[in-house]
Order: sequence, then C-alpha cells, then structure tokens
Amino acid sequence: MRMAELVMGLVMGIFSIYLMWKSAELPIGWIAGEGPGGGAWPFWLAAGMLCSCVAIIFRWAKHVTPESQSDSPFMDRRSLKLFLLNAVAITVFIGLFHIVGAYGAIPIFLIFYLRFMGGHSWGLTSAFALSTPVITFLFFEIALQKTLPKGFTEPLFLPIFDFFY
Amino acid sequence: METLTLLIDGFAIAFEPLNLVLVIVGCALGLFIGAMPGLGSVNGVAILLPMTFLVPPTGAVIFLAAIYYGAMYGGAISSIMLGIPGASTAVATTFDGRPLALKGLADKALVAAATASFVGGTISVILFTLFAPPLAEVALTFGAPEIFALMLMAFATFVGLGGDDIPKTLFSICIGLVFGAVGLDIISGEPRLIFGGLPGFFHGINFLVLAIGIYGIAEMLWTIEVSQGEVMISQASVSFKRILANLRELKLTLKTMVMGSFLGYFVGILPAAGATPGALMAYGLAKTISKDRESFGKGNVDGVVAPEAANNAASTGAMLPMLTLGIPGSPTTAILLGGMVIWGLEPGPLLFVEHKEFVWGLIASLYAANLFSLLINIAFIPAFIWVLRLPFTILAPIIFILCIVGGFVPTMDMHDVWLMLIFGVVGYLMRKLNYPMAPAVLAIVLGPLAEPALRQSLLISGGSFSIFFTRPFASVISVLALILLLLPVAKLLYEKYLK
Repeated sequence: MRMAELVMGLVMGIFSIYLMWKSAELPIGWIAGEGPGGGAWPFWLAAGMLCSCVAIIFRWAKHVTPESQSDSPFMDRRSLKLFLLNAVAITVFIGLFHIVGAYGAIPIFLIFYLRFMGGHSWGLTSAFALSTPVITFLFFEIALQKTLPKGFTEPLFLPIFDFFY
Repeated sequence: METLTLLIDGFAIAFEPLNLVLVIVGCALGLFIGAMPGLGSVNGVAILLPMTFLVPPTGAVIFLAAIYYGAMYGGAISSIMLGIPGASTAVATTFDGRPLALKGLADKALVAAATASFVGGTISVILFTLFAPPLAEVALTFGAPEIFALMLMAFATFVGLGGDDIPKTLFSICIGLVFGAVGLDIISGEPRLIFGGLPGFFHGINFLVLAIGIYGIAEMLWTIEVSQGEVMISQASVSFKRILANLRELKLTLKTMVMGSFLGYFVGILPAAGATPGALMAYGLAKTISKDRESFGKGNVDGVVAPEAANNAASTGAMLPMLTLGIPGSPTTAILLGGMVIWGLEPGPLLFVEHKEFVWGLIASLYAANLFSLLINIAFIPAFIWVLRLPFTILAPIIFILCIVGGFVPTMDMHDVWLMLIFGVVGYLMRKLNYPMAPAVLAIVLGPLAEPALRQSLLISGGSFSIFFTRPFASVISVLALILLLLPVAKLLYEKYLK
C-alpha cells in the first residue's frame, strides 16, 4: 500500500505537469480588454494539482497517512485476479460494441459473466443473455429512440425498424 | 400566503397523471437502486439521467428527484439485510441496523428506517417550502463575484468539513475543475486541452462520463473486491401485524427522529457536506444524548432512526442551494443540476421568477415522493429482500451494462464510453488510496460555471482579487470560504500546541 501511495502521487504529479504544459498552448497571462487568457484557469488548477501531489509525497515520506504506514499489499492475489477479470471483461465488452454492436456484445458479456465467472446454469444464462438485449432494444431504440452502436449487424435491424415504424 | 398559493399550484402540477406516474416509478426505481450494494442515489440519478429526455423538463426533474428520494430510503435496506451500505449515506445505518437484523429483528430495523426517512423527509420539505423563496430573493442580487465566492465556499467546505485527507481533496477538486475546462474556451472559442487531438474532446467531458465512471464502474469494482463473493443474507419475516407493532414502538424514538431531521437538513444545505456527514453526525449526537449509550452498535433502534432521518432531510436540504443559488449541496444534486442545465432550466435565483411552475411542481412532488417512498418501501420490503438474494454475479453484469449504455446515450459517442472506463479504473485505484472522489464530480459540474464567474469578476476589477472582499455578500462568503480553507491548519495548530 505504501509503494502504491508513492507511485500514484508521482504519476499524478507528472500528469499535472503535462496538464500545465497543455494548458499553456493558450495564453495564461492577462490579455488587455479580455481578462485572463484562455489557458490561465486550467494552468493554475494544474499547478494546484502539482502542489497537492508534492504535499501527498511529503506526507508519504513523513509516514502521516494510513496508506503510507501500511505494509499490506495494495491488492492481494485474489483481489488482483477479480479486478483484472472484471476490467478486461468490460474492456472487451466495450470493444465489441465497435464490431458486433451493443446487441451482439451484451449477450456475449452476459454469457461470460454469468456462465464462466458466476458459474450459473446454461438455462439461467440463456434467459438473461436473450432477454436483456431485447429489453434494451425496446427501451432505447423504440421507446427512447436512442440508437446504440450496431457494428456489422446494422443491416439485420432494418426489417425490425420497418416493423415498428 | 403567496407561498401557500404557489404550493397549491405546485400540487396541481405534481398530481398531473404523467408526473404522478413518474413520482411512483421514480420512487420504486430509487428504492431498488439505493438498496443495491454499490449503488446509491448518485448512481441512480447518473445512470438514469439519459433516460429522461423523453418527458418534459418538469417531469424529468420530478422523476430524478423521486429516484433521489427513493434511493435515500433504499440505502438502508442492504445496510440492514447485508451489512453492506447501499450507499455511503447509509453507512451509519449499518452500525445498529445490522446487529438488529442478526438478532432476528430485521423487520423492526427496516420499518424504523422507513418511518424515520419519512419523518426526516417531511420535516425537511416543510423547511424547504418556508425558506426557499426568501433565499432566492437574496440570491437575485448576486453578480459574478458573489457567484464565484459561493463556488469557492462549496469547495472550501470539502476541505474544511469533508474529513478526508486535505491534499488528496484539493487534488480531487483541481482535477475535476481541469476536466471541466476541456473543450472550447468559452471566451476565445479556441480548442483547449484536446488530448491527442482526439475529436471527442472538442465537446468537452460530459459530467456524466466522470460520474458514471466513478459511481458506476469504480464503485462496482470496489464492491466486487470488498465482498469477494461472500455476501451474507439475513432472514426476515414481515407481516402487517408486525409492522403495526413496530410502528407503535417507534413513538419512543420520535425525539431522535426530529433531532436527526433538523440536523440533517442544515448539514445538507452546506455545499459539499451532504447526507453522509449529516447521517454520521446525527448518529453521533443520538449516541451522545442517549441514556443507553452502551447499547449503540449492538442494535439500538435510535441508532437506525437518527441517521435515516438525517440522510433524508439532508437530501432535501442539498436541493435548496442547488435550486436557489445554482450550488449543489451533494454529488447527486450536482448531477441534477447538470440535468437541469441540459433541459434549459438554469438553476439560480431567476428560476423562482421565470419557472415558478417548475419550482413549485418540484417542491410539491417532494411531498408526494416522500409519502410514496414510505408506502412502496414498506409494501415491497419482502420483494427487495428477494432481489438482494440474487447472486452478485447476476446483478454486477446488469449494472455494468447500464453504465456502458448510460455513458453512451447522452452524446452518442463511443469516445465517452472509453473515457468512462478509464475514469472508472483510475477512480477505483484512487479510491483504494483514499482519494475522495465526490469533490471531483462536484468540480466538473461547477467548473464551467466557476470559470466565467471568475473571469468576469477579474475583468470588472481590472485583474484585482480585491473585488471578492469589497462587495458586501461576496466579502462575507469569501471570508467564510477562507476560514473553512484554513480550518484544517487551525485544527492542526490547536492539536499540536494547545491541547
């Protein structure tokens, strides 16, 4: 936990410097008749972030925060496995939106999560994997008229839209 | 008298068939969302906000306010039944609610929580009705310096009263404000902070992307790690006879409920304080004034009613500065404020003049939401318990799907969905290191309002910050904000040298 506190402080400090540099692409000083330049607000806020990171690292060095005093691991093996499994599953799920669209990605995600992560029966998995995209489609596309990504499955939906409209 | 007339008009709007349906559906959804571990009112409002674009703005806000109210009721359900707070606002309810459930008195705890929520909600809505219009009149005199001073005070409250690590709180505020500045500069129109030249950044970072990332994805990852699949469910039997008996016993706790309601309401009004500190303070006060302090933490009903009355009262209190000053008192009201801006309802003093029917319709709907939340809560306690028995491996993917779809719908841009995932993962890692996330969400909402107020103020004063200390209201608010900012330093010095 102690090392993680330091790493997070350093990474966020570097990110703050990047934000300051990026903000300075616009004027950060006073412009006559216009007031502060467009980059001033984010620049000084990023400077505030950097100062906070310096304070966080200083307090880490002084062992002030509970995290900087803790010898326990940031994540134990089981937590890391759970985190990675979920994070990767959501990443793949979002990635699939681009390829097979929302209505292809949702059943795949549910099958993976319910059957392989949750160990549920095929019957229950199928019920959720089939009903969730149908409910989502009816709610978003038909009731709210909000179009979700469909990837290469787009042409398959044309007859359905013809039916409803 | 005028207030009464306006309130009656408000009831006419709140009881329009569509609005009434929205109140009932909102309360039921809110109860369910609030009861789910890992989700609270802020998650419910954030996830369901995109779904309100089908109804008129008044109905949309009424719907979200009902979800907010329902979720405040529902948070207690998983605190009592699972020992996992449905939201941070229900943390204090766990202290005595869970021991009551383990003693086989879950129904008593659930009825006490629902009744206290009703009392807290009702007292706070009455206070809201009485104090909202005069505060709005004062707020009408506010210009850019006063508005910026108020924003400063909102952030200073987090620093002074938030109770979190100060440098981490400041970092969270600053990063939220920087993210709020992404997009086109409001004055020059030039692109600003366009990372990697990605076109998705030109329209700025929608506050929902950050809110769902933090309160949806990050919170779920956190719950999955904390529960590790070992969530214990309590048995509860609920019958009409037992509910009546429990209600009769609650007379003894009325004093605690009223105390919690007043305390919660006034803590809720403070920008950034919100329902969580309100509930914790009420619990602490109830324990301090109790004659039976030893039983707190072991299943004392006062320990359930005090935080529950306070968190509901605070949720109404937080709406007061949001509607009258445009300053949200909690992350949920920050999201409500964002929603109102989307619907063309600019929160602030003019709202009470230009959109009277909206304001009073909303206030009246709070009375209705309070009543319906109580009825739905008590009637559906067995059903909620059944849903909570669903394995987390079924609930989690459904919540993830809601987050992803909810993040896509506002802008219809996959860029925002990826951004939401990044916020979720980074937010989870930061939360593990005790970085408070609520200030970042508040900041991304307030940032686009604070920046023009600051720039206009400085333009008026020719670049001098003295403008914040020379106008009556601005100077009082600025001094208060500075006191709050310096409070941690004063505490530190007191503890080091005087204690």
